[in-house]
Amino acid sequence: MDRSKIYALLVPIVSVIIALLIASIVIIIIGKNPLTAYRIMLEGAFGGAEQLANTIIKMTPLILTGLAVGFGFRAGVFNIGAEGQMTIGALMGAIVAMNIGGVPSVIAIPLSIIVGMLAGAFWASIAGFLKAFTGAHEVISTIMLNWIAANFASFMVTGPLAVGSGTPKSPEIAEAAKLPVVLKVQATELSIGIFIAVIVAVVMYVFIEKTTTGYELKGVGFNPYAAEYGGISIRKSIIMTMAISGALAGMAGIVDLLGVPPHRFVGELTGGRGFDGITIALIGRNNPIGIIFAALLIAALRTGSNAMQIRAQIPNDIVSIIQGIVIFLVAAERIVTTLIYLKGRKGVTTA
Amino acid sequence: MDATNVKNLDLSGMAVAMKGITKRFPSVIANDNIDFFVKKGEIHALVGENGAGKSTLMNQLYGLYTPDEGEIYINGERFIFKGPRDAIDAGIGMVHQHFMLVDNQTVSENVVLGSEPRRGPFNLFIDSGKSRKSVLELSKKYGLSVDVDAMIEDIPVGMQQRVEILKILYRGANILIFDEPTAVLTPQETGELFKILRVLKENGKTIIFITHKLNEVMAITDRVTVMRLGKVTGQVDTKDTNPRQLANMMVGREVLLRVEKEARKPGKTLLEVKNLHVKDNRKLDTVKNVSFSVREGEILGIAGVAGNGQTELIEAITGLRKAESGSITLMGKDLTNKSALDIRESGLTHIPEDRLKRGLISQYPVYYNLILGKHNDKPFASEGFIDMKEVKKFARYIVDTFDVRPKDIEILGGNLSGGNQQKVVVGRELSTIPIEPKVVAISQPTRGLDIGAIEFIHKTILNMRAKGIGILLVSMELDEIFSLSDRILVFYEGKIMGEVLPDEVNREEIGLMMAGHSKAEVVKERG
Amino acid sequence: MSWIEAIFAILVNPLFYKLTLLSATPLIFSALGGTYSEITGVTNIALEGIMLMGAFNSIVFTLITGNAWIGVLMAVIIGVGFTWFHAWASIRWSANQIVSATALVIVAQGTTSFLMIPIFGNEGQTDFIGRVPYIEIGWLKGVPFVGDIFGSMSPFTYLAIAAVIASWILMYRTPLGLRMRAVGENPEAADTLGINVFKTRYFGVLMSGALSSLGGAFLSVGELGRFVENMIHGRGFIALAAMILGNWNPAGAMWAALLFGAAEAMNLQLQSSSIVSVSANVKPLFNMLPFIVTLIVVGGFIGKTRSPAADGEPYEKES
Repeated sequence: MDRSKIYALLVPIVSVIIALLIASIVIIIIGKNPLTAYRIMLEGAFGGAEQLANTIIKMTPLILTGLAVGFGFRAGVFNIGAEGQMTIGALMGAIVAMNIGGVPSVIAIPLSIIVGMLAGAFWASIAGFLKAFTGAHEVISTIMLNWIAANFASFMVTGPLAVGSGTPKSPEIAEAAKLPVVLKVQATELSIGIFIAVIVAVVMYVFIEKTTTGYELKGVGFNPYAAEYGGISIRKSIIMTMAISGALAGMAGIVDLLGVPPHRFVGELTGGRGFDGITIALIGRNNPIGIIFAALLIAALRTGSNAMQIRAQIPNDIVSIIQGIVIFLVAAERIVTTLIYLKGRKGVTTA
Repeated sequence: MDATNVKNLDLSGMAVAMKGITKRFPSVIANDNIDFFVKKGEIHALVGENGAGKSTLMNQLYGLYTPDEGEIYINGERFIFKGPRDAIDAGIGMVHQHFMLVDNQTVSENVVLGSEPRRGPFNLFIDSGKSRKSVLELSKKYGLSVDVDAMIEDIPVGMQQRVEILKILYRGANILIFDEPTAVLTPQETGELFKILRVLKENGKTIIFITHKLNEVMAITDRVTVMRLGKVTGQVDTKDTNPRQLANMMVGREVLLRVEKEARKPGKTLLEVKNLHVKDNRKLDTVKNVSFSVREGEILGIAGVAGNGQTELIEAITGLRKAESGSITLMGKDLTNKSALDIRESGLTHIPEDRLKRGLISQYPVYYNLILGKHNDKPFASEGFIDMKEVKKFARYIVDTFDVRPKDIEILGGNLSGGNQQKVVVGRELSTIPIEPKVVAISQPTRGLDIGAIEFIHKTILNMRAKGIGILLVSMELDEIFSLSDRILVFYEGKIMGEVLPDEVNREEIGLMMAGHSKAEVVKERG
Repeated sequence: MSWIEAIFAILVNPLFYKLTLLSATPLIFSALGGTYSEITGVTNIALEGIMLMGAFNSIVFTLITGNAWIGVLMAVIIGVGFTWFHAWASIRWSANQIVSATALVIVAQGTTSFLMIPIFGNEGQTDFIGRVPYIEIGWLKGVPFVGDIFGSMSPFTYLAIAAVIASWILMYRTPLGLRMRAVGENPEAADTLGINVFKTRYFGVLMSGALSSLGGAFLSVGELGRFVENMIHGRGFIALAAMILGNWNPAGAMWAALLFGAAEAMNLQLQSSSIVSVSANVKPLFNMLPFIVTLIVVGGFIGKTRSPAADGEPYEKES
């Protein structure tokens, strides 16, 4: 029992290390020095107060998308649709937030967030319904919904919501809807968003581990036949799981928009952070606490890679490559566990 | 312990000689220095409990496993099998317990798969004409009637088994291994299979017959090898032994082949099923106008070969399948098409036929498995939150009472042995917390279990009966039905062929009913 | 002109049918490829990523060698190598096949975008690099209707149709095909007859890599002549829907792909037709069409078609 717990912790760590090693080969291929690159990356993520603040700001929506995907995995669904749910959540929440100027923050903020969550939940539930009633695989349906959401947002932001010129964007939200700032570090403002995210993570932990609904949803994920035998409604569970997952992703979108300048829906808002959720969930082993740390890691990678791009001319797509490799290794985790096992044995025999 | 002196054997007279075979798996030594010999042209039984190592031994003969130690000789010649292909080339064929057939391909495609006759340039294409012809010829020669162009998923179980036999004959098998072949057959179909075995024997084939049914061993075989816990405990000529002796060798002690059951007068009617119609997954009628009742303190057994609607019947009664029409009432309360949850809470619990699929969540620890179905009820939960203390307290109590081993409530359900898994399910469904069960629907309770676990489960069921619980028992093991039931209903193609008492019919008669004869016809035959 | 008249006008225009064939071509390749993989029992949802690599590599090697066909060949070779990782993880290591394939998609997107500046010097899209010319059949061009469609047509389209025919014969008339289908339906049964389940599955998955690379190469080197970041734009997933709708066989995959191709062609024709004054910002609503169609197909047909019974389940031998 202990052995498998140790492996459970080691696999993501070793996977990340291997991914970084392979990425350094890629860096060498384009003629750069990986050691320099990673040094710049670390400095970019943690090198100073402002960098740290930026990393934490980036971490906030990533905790939420990580929770979204991770919760889905726990209950047996693969929610690749966090991107689309984040988009719709941010969009709908923003529409409320833009028009809520006359209302005090105490109402404006929660209202906007709730609308964002409901919108994300609705978007995900479409896939949930299809899976529950027709058996349609949620991967294909959520990916289609991602594209539909992206196109819809594009339409809104170049049409009905459009303001100004240049990159398509919506109007700015009302002051009342902006999240209060907790810390101002030079030019960067850190809002309460991070606290919201962490609190949600704790709530999810309690929900999954301590409630009867958590028991049921996990059960359906593990063995739907036995769950059905135990009186649990499979259809209800699938839809509820997708809805909760979508709500979390929607929250990621709206909390980011409410908390981070320019406080408006700009162009392609999600920036792949829905997909980041997959890596974060896998590294964090679908555990809310693990997800917080995994989100920190990915946020650091993102902030750091921006620095890498600017200072070392290494395209920040390197982060996608690293993430892809990590996901691959966690999917095929027996490769990693076998490696760890073999290394461990070697150590014993040579000692 | 082996009864023969290995060195003095004339190996060339042996179709199969396995010497010193040892096979280890991570948690167990499945075969421990086994010596196993089969004479040419004989029908040889390999018996033992579940887990004795019979299948492991035969899987090595068929090349699916490689022995860790030991040698295999076929007709006196040493062979090392790296895979089934090698065994097939050496003339060995195996009819598996769970058929190895491709559902959406035809009979002839299944027979030739892997050894397809070719035609065309570079022999690129399958010669399907030749396939059909070859299969038809074999079928005629050995009396194995099949429909060559039918899809496997459309033909009955008996024919599927004949396809399996044709598969191995097609590849020129001279040594045929049958793994529990009668598990899915009625007594009559078993008789037909035995006829086929005799035809094969006349044609010079050697047959190895794995079974745990001792009456079959006595009926058809020439010699028997008994295994227990990975070792050979006996090797005798069939004419020199009897079921009691064999059972003793299988288990290592005296075995009560029939359970002691006290006479009881059943009480009032608890469960009433009237005119029930149920469809299967393919939308075909599978339970047709069935009516029966279960009374307090009685065991109603449902006998029948698998696939005649028993599964769907139990599913409809326990809320896992829709009842198309008819009614199900428990002590006056209508349960027809209510949810599984409602049905359980009304006092009708269910010990499912597939404990791994339905009865347990393997990834959950034992204490979580023990509240499956009651997880929303007090004392295990309140206001939507699970009360871990109560849950674990209950778990420890059940693990104790039912002697689940190891005595660890944290262990994952999937890591328990079959017998202990079943104890967990039984313990959960019979416990009176939070609701006392009035009727329990039990399906295949001892499938895949060793004799010790079987005895325990049977004792438990009889205890329930003594407490006044009504029991609906579905089983494919006629012995179990006979020894436990107060009344027996025989199921065939979704209908009840008749109700009998265990002492008023014999196996042949019940076998006829299982194959479609009504009770009236059978009684008339008795004449 | 009303909408109905406009649609009718489009349907009688041979250009619509030519566009249907061209739009369907990448889908045919990838849906056919997906069929190879899934029929042996390994799901492969990485088609989107494999196509992207195919599109990228074919342009890169056209740039290096100056020959578009060599570009295509190299794209196929690299695509098979790339797909090998998914095969290896799924078959040898019993990985979660959905997650493994997702990883490939992400790596493909990351790698192709990453290499844009180092290789081509600009982000977003490359310059025009090179293109496989259409096959011109002079005498056919004079024939009304048919000539407008086939007088000038991409060789990829002919290749796709030929691949479908060859694949159908392979799967339903040869021993290899029978064994592939058996392995996907009941791998244990195949194993007990001495068929190598693992080798058969490797073949299926690697074929899906080769065919999907062709599908991607068509989009860059077969049509545009350049590479644009993320140019596959969801087609890899639409191809999966086509495979499902086509009931996991080559002919069905082709017809389903043609259906989706028609939806895309209709979308394009409507956007450019004179009756529909489409302001730039309504375009996205039109572009939603193929995805909505796919969603409906996936939701509506999944129960009606039959996937290989062992699809997606790793096969483990005890020995």
